[in-house]
Amino acid sequence: MIEIKNLSKTFKTADGTVEALNNINLTIGDGEIYGIIGMSGAGKSTLVRCINMLERPTAGQVIIDGKDMASLSSKKLREERRSITMIFQQFNLLMQRNCLKNICFPMELSGMKKSEAKKRAMELLEIVGLPDKALAYPAQLSGGQQQRVAIARALATDPKVLLCDEATSALDPNTTHSILQLIKDINKKMGITVVVITHQMSVVEEICSSVAILDGGKVVEEGKVAEIFANPKSDAAKKLVYPGGEEETVKGNIGERVIRIVFNGSDNTETPLIARMAANEGIMANILAATTKTLGTHAFGTMFVGVPENQFEKAFSYLQSCEGISVEEVEDLG
Amino acid sequence: MGEKIFSQEAIEFALNVAKTEIPLAIWETFYVTVLSTALAVVLGLPLGVLLVVGDKNGILPLPKWFMSLLNVVINLLRSIPFLILMIMVFPLSRLIVGTTVGTNALIVPLVIAAFPFIARLVEGSLREVNPNIIEAAQSMGATPFQIICKVMIPESVPSLISNLTIAITTILGYGAMSGIIGGGGLGKIAINYGYYRYKYLTMVVAVILLVIMVQIFQSIGTRIATKSDRRLKK
Repeated sequence: MIEIKNLSKTFKTADGTVEALNNINLTIGDGEIYGIIGMSGAGKSTLVRCINMLERPTAGQVIIDGKDMASLSSKKLREERRSITMIFQQFNLLMQRNCLKNICFPMELSGMKKSEAKKRAMELLEIVGLPDKALAYPAQLSGGQQQRVAIARALATDPKVLLCDEATSALDPNTTHSILQLIKDINKKMGITVVVITHQMSVVEEICSSVAILDGGKVVEEGKVAEIFANPKSDAAKKLVYPGGEEETVKGNIGERVIRIVFNGSDNTETPLIARMAANEGIMANILAATTKTLGTHAFGTMFVGVPENQFEKAFSYLQSCEGISVEEVEDLG
Repeated sequence: MGEKIFSQEAIEFALNVAKTEIPLAIWETFYVTVLSTALAVVLGLPLGVLLVVGDKNGILPLPKWFMSLLNVVINLLRSIPFLILMIMVFPLSRLIVGTTVGTNALIVPLVIAAFPFIARLVEGSLREVNPNIIEAAQSMGATPFQIICKVMIPESVPSLISNLTIAITTILGYGAMSGIIGGGGLGKIAINYGYYRYKYLTMVVAVILLVIMVQIFQSIGTRIATKSDRRLKK
């Protein structure tokens, strides 16, 4: 378990101090895939670097399995880092070593026997799907392949935590998907806790179970991905869930009142709600905007519907009676 | 003047020198250059590493006064013109080699002139290493020493070889200069015959040989540097 308590980090620059992180509190459970999302400059990279002490926090604690990381001696910290490995946006492979030797590198650092390290590296190449690239150099590989090698390298020391710092941000959507599936697989098979830093909501949606939204160095929202996706409360979360801007999309027509319907993972959505409302109740709802997604077998998301003023009460109470959704009226949209 | 340079007598003289003295001179120049470079690397490489890792943002920050001192000493040694440095280190040459003239005595000033130069070249090469790769190594629990030996130096090998080639050709030039104070090699032939005895043709022959040696060192160095670079797709 990773516990982050009252974590703050300030940087001293020529123009004074910059507060990168401000009193962060998070708990990341074992075996979870935990997303930390935010726009550029929100402090995500600083936060992930505080977890393995690449950045020393100015205040607060990072406790991993009961060990306070900041209090460890540099020798103990180095040992601990072998079980908290990291992958990066730019892969950061050693360019003058071939793939096999790149994967051997962390084992070399820990003093493992060469023959043993090589054997393990071959196994890992198999796991990440690149058994034929052992002798290739990173420059000869595509971005996705380099990230696979980096993942293999990160797994070499049997870590309990894998930190992914924008690991898919330099990759195209297809490659992103395959890398995320690989991470998901590894999480499932090896039970490794994964912390995913990203600015892409799609990445969080695809693999994370919980998410923290970081804005201006603060956690503005935290919880299960499904819940946050369905009902974002903070401005930062709304911006991420509706990149176009919420207000933009929900201007109702004249003579209509707007209802926001939030799907909280209900199977309800399998029978078309709006059609049912029209057929059963005779209410002609007008879909203004919808961002719904199916995650697994459940539907999540938000829909804005415009309902004629004279049918509003009826529609509202009907929707309230449906299971697995919550409704509220949206006012003052101009 | 052209007639004078290429007179029968001059050609005969040059040929004679080429036969009797030049083979040894080539060897002396080669030997002094390579040995001095090797010794200068032994001193310069660790200093170059120190300049990078000891920096306040480096992987092993050293006290500021120490880094300032190191920089001042290196700059100081680099700012003394080689001709003057050679004379200044006479006492040291006498102490170490037992003499101030000849090929071996020359190695002392050459090493002293070259090691700060090499330290700066090494510094430049090591600073080119992608800091993200160093961070990755730190995230895997590498010690500063492991980062130096397994990341910084291996990752900058192509650049180090290129810079070493620059160093070796510069040292070859310095070595030739030492002919003026009694050093050996091709420089001695060029200065003794060309400057003191007006045997221009002989001097030209010696200079051409120096040029050829520089060319050889440079092309070998460039080739090894390119071949060793795994960032180039092949």
